[in-house]
Amino acid sequence: MEINKEMYGAYVKQITPTHNKWINLLWAFVTGGMICAAGQLLFNTFLSWGMEKEEAAAWELLSLIAVSALLTGLNIYQKIVKFAGAGALVPITGFANSVAAPAMEFKAEGNVFGTGCKIFTIAGPVILYGIFSSWILGGVWCILKYFGIY
Amino acid sequence: MQKGRASLEFECPPLIIGAASVAGKKEGSGPLGRYFDVVERDDMFGADSWEQAESAMQKQTFQLAMEKAQTSSRQVRYLFAGDLLGQLIATSFGVEDLDIPVFGVYGACSTMGEAMSLAAMAAAAGYADIALAAASSHFATAEKQFRFPLGYGNQRPFSATWTVTGCGAAVIASQEAAKKGKKKPLAKITGITTGKIVDIGAKDSMNMGAAMAPAAFDTINRNFTDFGRTEQDYDKIITGDLGEIGRRILLDFMGEQGRNLEYIHMDCGMMVYDPDAQDTHAGGSGCGCSAVTLCAYFLRKIQSGEWKRVLFVPTGALMSTVSFNEGQSIPGIAHGVVIESV
Repeated sequence: MEINKEMYGAYVKQITPTHNKWINLLWAFVTGGMICAAGQLLFNTFLSWGMEKEEAAAWELLSLIAVSALLTGLNIYQKIVKFAGAGALVPITGFANSVAAPAMEFKAEGNVFGTGCKIFTIAGPVILYGIFSSWILGGVWCILKYFGIY
Repeated sequence: MQKGRASLEFECPPLIIGAASVAGKKEGSGPLGRYFDVVERDDMFGADSWEQAESAMQKQTFQLAMEKAQTSSRQVRYLFAGDLLGQLIATSFGVEDLDIPVFGVYGACSTMGEAMSLAAMAAAAGYADIALAAASSHFATAEKQFRFPLGYGNQRPFSATWTVTGCGAAVIASQEAAKKGKKKPLAKITGITTGKIVDIGAKDSMNMGAAMAPAAFDTINRNFTDFGRTEQDYDKIITGDLGEIGRRILLDFMGEQGRNLEYIHMDCGMMVYDPDAQDTHAGGSGCGCSAVTLCAYFLRKIQSGEWKRVLFVPTGALMSTVSFNEGQSIPGIAHGVVIESV
């Protein structure tokens, strides 16, 4: 019996169950919103302690990163992502998780070739293309400024 | 004796004189928990890294298998074993203290079928009085190598499988060697059907059941043709780790040929976990999946005579992270071993 490769792909897609998109969206919205609300709460608290806006924002980010790294180490953050999806992965806490996880995993391979080389295996592309796109936008801004458009 | 294009029928069938299974904590809490010889509560197996843990698990299994077969490493002529890790490091470090001549084999999750085929060939041909066949996998080493670090949060699709932490080993002896032993053999291996690479063009590494099902289909059909048998000649046809989706595909394909495998087909991956209580999605996978299920559960059924003849078909997805990243599809393979009661 010959199996048609194209038809096989469609057939597999048809019989493979998928996550419910709407439930995923709901949990991502709720969890992402809660992380942002926690960030705002921290920010306001730091302001009330007499910090400047920029200083309060920096401390807020540091606090979120620290909490996420701690939760990763305690094997809790992964459980949050399981139902929250992008709601927990897109905020800075998700970024912290993607750095803390390889740091723990590759520790056994040494500080240089293990943790050192592999700590950004997941976050690396975000950093690279983040810097690259800011470089492109900087170029665009320069050109616009040169022609007096911006 | 060569049969058909890809099979062998042993005139003096080699015997399985002992088998052992060592599994991790999650597998121990699954439906087969009480059948494993050892359920290790510490997934690190007392070692410093996950890879060393897998090697320690292998060593423990080999020793236990030899003990149960009432043999020693001096009497084992050849060891055929493999795992999922690059350069087979779990096996190399796992067997180094045993002092047994070793062949490292890689067939991804089909490794147990490949190792048993080779061990049976060696024993039947008179090249080994006693040979050991084994395969292992560890959830943490496999995740680290093929997917993400354990701590990384992600959503696994429903088609994904869970790599079994476990090692299964079978001691296979020639008839003369088995006669010298005091113990009654568990089962005999009467034939094998070696799988070929079947690449259906599947590219989703999170749906390996779909990549491997056509290979299982091919090997089972090949076995039927080479031996002149049908599904009615087997009490059970047992695949390795097709999972729910792979099983559905296999049954559909067989159904199109007018064969009904619904009641005789079993899949190790679907037996090793409780998908609802253990959140494992499509089922278990890894070399250890078919190896522990065979050594802990199926061999008992065959030994007791409940099943007279089974076709054991571990399935493998032969991709690497490099081939996957370079956009290549996932080649599948399945090795058939005909196991009968003595």
